[in-house]
Amino acid sequence: MSETPEQFTFDFHKEKAEILRASDDLQIKIGDFAGPLDLLLFVIRQEQANIFDIPIARITEKYLEYIQVMKKLDIAVAADFLVMAAQLIEIKSKMLLPRDPLAADDEEAEDPRQELVDRLLEYEKFKTAAGMLYERSTIEQAVFHRGPIETDGESAEVDATVFDLLTVFQQMIARRADEIKMEIEREEISLADMIKNLKRRIFEEKELSLMRFFEEMRSKQELVTAFIAVLEIVRTEAVRLTQKQTFGDVILRSVTTDAH
Amino acid sequence: MSEAVAQQPTRTPAELVALVEALIFVADEPVTSKVLAEVLDEDKGAIAAAVEQLQSEYEARDSGLQIREIAGGWQIATRTEFHEEVRKFLKTRPSAKLSLASLETLAVIAYKQPVTVPEILEIRGVQSATSIKTLLDKRLIVAKGRKEAVGRPIQYGTSKEFLIQFGLKDLNDLPSFEDFEDLVQ
Repeated sequence: MSETPEQFTFDFHKEKAEILRASDDLQIKIGDFAGPLDLLLFVIRQEQANIFDIPIARITEKYLEYIQVMKKLDIAVAADFLVMAAQLIEIKSKMLLPRDPLAADDEEAEDPRQELVDRLLEYEKFKTAAGMLYERSTIEQAVFHRGPIETDGESAEVDATVFDLLTVFQQMIARRADEIKMEIEREEISLADMIKNLKRRIFEEKELSLMRFFEEMRSKQELVTAFIAVLEIVRTEAVRLTQKQTFGDVILRSVTTDAH
Repeated sequence: MSEAVAQQPTRTPAELVALVEALIFVADEPVTSKVLAEVLDEDKGAIAAAVEQLQSEYEARDSGLQIREIAGGWQIATRTEFHEEVRKFLKTRPSAKLSLASLETLAVIAYKQPVTVPEILEIRGVQSATSIKTLLDKRLIVAKGRKEAVGRPIQYGTSKEFLIQFGLKDLNDLPSFEDFEDLVQ
């Protein structure tokens, strides 16, 4: 028997993992197992075992063999795979223990495998659901529609990131740079006051345009304070940032009403 | 009071169909019947009839386009059978498929939302941080508040983008989760 390395690939259309013998191609794709439950299901299928009556000793042995192969092939075996190995061994040892003779007969002793079986069945449903999503996305890729164009104002709300915030802020700074000709000393507003002010505005107006809020600031220092206040309020309060288009204005919105 | 009273638009059904077509065409994302009804000052029944008429017209003449119901709205899209030619013209390739791990994570989120990272770990038996980041980057999922539990973990749910990318009318359009049980056993 030649020592050809085994190649593992996953094909949703076959709905199970498959081992291919790779002749000269050393690319091993064992990492394609989505996780320990996936590998375990594969082993059970491979051994043609009944999922409701798993021969735990044999399956554990095979499972550990696969982990060994993964290690030998220098694939970093994720800790989760080892956790599953430990659980299998634990179940195996529980199965070896003699039944408690004093235990009531009518109360059937819990099968140590039960929890694992439940998890496997639940997991397999999600795996099938993943396959369904895969097929849907494949079909969707054959359908084309008009993409958003720059002038589309009514596009979907998407969550704005900190970078979007920064972009808005930078645009403001750039605009300010031309406008501010002379610095006049003003009474400085503290961060605490700014946050209080911002909170009140969001509460009153429900939706606050970040661009507009920044525009009200009278100096670079106030702008910076306002920016920090926005970051702070997003971090601590039930406030959501939304943006209608990429590089567009960011809207601050109170979400306290649907927080419960 | 010389201002003209806002008059009820008098349109023929054919004109309404044409208008609906025009609006669905310019919309960059699925447009709902409600929005169409508001903009055109018509009731939703008339809009629904117009969309239906439009759909059958497209079908009757074997149009290259179709009117689809996606994410609760209407969308004009090319028909699937022309995907090769369209792709050739657009010079695009099918976008990168999600990995198996990401698809699984997405399936868990779609059916269990709102769901936290530890809950996803429990079901998948494996850390899903990378997948969650991928799904967030692709805007298929969004954070939906925090769970009132120890550590106040973030809860995730699917986005409108998810509905659009997977061609779903709404979340109810997903096959029922119980149906997968029959397939498994």
